[in-house]
Amino acid sequence: MKNTMKLLVVGAALAAASAPAHAEDKAKAEVMTSWTSGSEAAALDVIKREFEKRGGVWKDSSIAGFGAADAAFQNRLVAGDPPAAKQAVLGLANADFVGQGLLRPIDDIAKAGKWAEVLPKSIHDLITYNGQVYLSPTGAHGESWVFYSKDAFAKAGVNGEPKNWDEFFASLDKLKAAGIQPVAWGGQSWQESKVFNMILLTQAGMDGFLKIYVDKDKSDASVKSVTKTLNILGKLRAYVDEGAAGRNWNDATAMVITGKAGVQFMGDWAKGEFVAAGKELGKDYGCMLAPQSPGMVYVADSFSFPKIADAASQNGQALLAEVAMDPAVQVAFSLKKGSVPIRTDVDKSKLDICARKGLELMGAGRIVPDQALILSPQQAGALNDFVDEFWSNPSENSAAAAEKFFAIFE
Amino acid sequence: MRAKRRRSLAATFALLPTWIAAILVYIGTMIWSVRLSFTDSTIFPSSNYVGFAQYARLFKNSRWLASLENVLIFGVLYVGGCLALGFVLAAALDRKVRFESMFRTIFLYPYAMSFVVTGLIWQWMLNPTLGIQATVRALGWQGFVFDWIVNRDMAIYTVVFAGVWQGAGLVMVIALAGMRGIGEEQWKAAQIDGIPVWRIYLSIILPQLGPALAASGMLLSMGVIKTYDLIVAQTGGGPGYSTEVPAKFIMDNLFERQNLGLASAGATVLVLSVVMAVAPFRYALAMRAGRMGAHR
Repeated sequence: MKNTMKLLVVGAALAAASAPAHAEDKAKAEVMTSWTSGSEAAALDVIKREFEKRGGVWKDSSIAGFGAADAAFQNRLVAGDPPAAKQAVLGLANADFVGQGLLRPIDDIAKAGKWAEVLPKSIHDLITYNGQVYLSPTGAHGESWVFYSKDAFAKAGVNGEPKNWDEFFASLDKLKAAGIQPVAWGGQSWQESKVFNMILLTQAGMDGFLKIYVDKDKSDASVKSVTKTLNILGKLRAYVDEGAAGRNWNDATAMVITGKAGVQFMGDWAKGEFVAAGKELGKDYGCMLAPQSPGMVYVADSFSFPKIADAASQNGQALLAEVAMDPAVQVAFSLKKGSVPIRTDVDKSKLDICARKGLELMGAGRIVPDQALILSPQQAGALNDFVDEFWSNPSENSAAAAEKFFAIFE
Repeated sequence: MRAKRRRSLAATFALLPTWIAAILVYIGTMIWSVRLSFTDSTIFPSSNYVGFAQYARLFKNSRWLASLENVLIFGVLYVGGCLALGFVLAAALDRKVRFESMFRTIFLYPYAMSFVVTGLIWQWMLNPTLGIQATVRALGWQGFVFDWIVNRDMAIYTVVFAGVWQGAGLVMVIALAGMRGIGEEQWKAAQIDGIPVWRIYLSIILPQLGPALAASGMLLSMGVIKTYDLIVAQTGGGPGYSTEVPAKFIMDNLFERQNLGLASAGATVLVLSVVMAVAPFRYALAMRAGRMGAHR
């Protein structure tokens, strides 16, 4: 008891010293995320430490699994007992919460921090609803990456990164011949649909990709792109091991880290696992865009702030919004998580070559949004179902399946 | 007469809170869910009625249709398998074997576990690269194949395995208790007539265990409808939709897919199917009870 009191006094003193604006009520935040893998937790810890350094009291309520965390959050929100902050993927899923008046706008903080100037316009538009900023972005992820084990490539005699799909499949054959599992595959539907999307981008191009997902275009050209995508996806089945069903993405990454498998298709958060395992980019593993990819599929994370009555938590929300957008925090967070800082004015010297490439693609506008950004949760779910059904049914014909693909928009 | 009425009035008052709770909490929420199934609610309840549109979408959804088929296969095999295996285990223990209580504990033990644990154990055992297949191959049989869990046509049966493994112990205990209640004289009489043991169990013991087995069958069937955790832990509904079940479909749509309307429609269909399955039973029971009352 005495210790708690002491801590409170010290904490209050710190809060008063570092943030005079919130002197009366110490900033406190219960933060709910699904960031629980080694690298994700390390990245979250970067924000936590800075938050505490500035006098906040942090309470972690992380739940493993994106869907599970969402379900818990919705229950608590509806019950009137929300956490102070929730990790939220930028996109349509948040619009309902804003529409129901459940989230708190953080426009004053965004204005004070000049977010409109330091964020790419497309991102700033995405965090703004009805003219007010609601989300504090933490980082962007590229999802068109193929990670490969340099060790495995050397053993199989694959020299350099394959430039197109034909070379890519030739490399996979070499890996197979050398007794290495060619592809580390995470057999969960969300992972499979990410692979589908990155292949679709290589086949449809940026305009074709946007036409399909944004305009829901069903022209012959779109159907053909989907068919070609499914052909490549189907071909990959032969390079995947039997134990892939239901495998977590980080378990698949571990297969590449240990050299048991050659390549993994995954978003750049996989890089965080390599970093956490002490591997070095360029020496132990490499990253390349999916073969022939004209750009990169991206997704971005942020914090959302439910309306909450408690003054201490309100201060905590304001402080967290600031901390998450701090330039130094953005870089340190990205290094741990494998993401790309979402601010354009950060110190790029510390970023690795993949992150720099990602930042470059973002700057050049050669990015297309992930399904979370352009599809409703229902449509995104239908996309997962579609890809998973196709993947698990080798007898399915690509052209016939491509016709079914467009039913996800209904 | 008056005293009696007053007493019943007092009892009614005492029960009133329970009645209110039952009506509000159970019936009320049920009506609320049914109401939602006729709206276009997404993440939050809405009052925009769309008629049977959600039901039409539901029955056009191949994942939902697959889930109905799966729960039927699973339900029949799971309940049947548990009853059959449970009865056989009970009969084996009934033979007054040594260490009976130890075996009883071992066989009942799986039932004490949560479905999540059961699902995970079986997922690992059946995983071709980790479990049984890998072990047998490591022992030298290189051609050994046991990959049902990753095979679309067989995956649902692996869930049945896990379910029966867990549930058979319960049936065993109930059936064993029933067998112990059967008098020694019947055994003696049957043995004097020279009836083989298996025949005694099948033709004399089994018919007398009817109520016990019906009760355990009922308990297991209720579990079938709400099967969710076992599937999530063992297969996640995969490969594809091959082990999808209605409860998982509803949960996924409720939260991840933010589709309250469709999820409520699914839940309503589920409740209706349970009512359709149970109503004839209840009706027959009520009829029989009424007839017995009249005789008395």
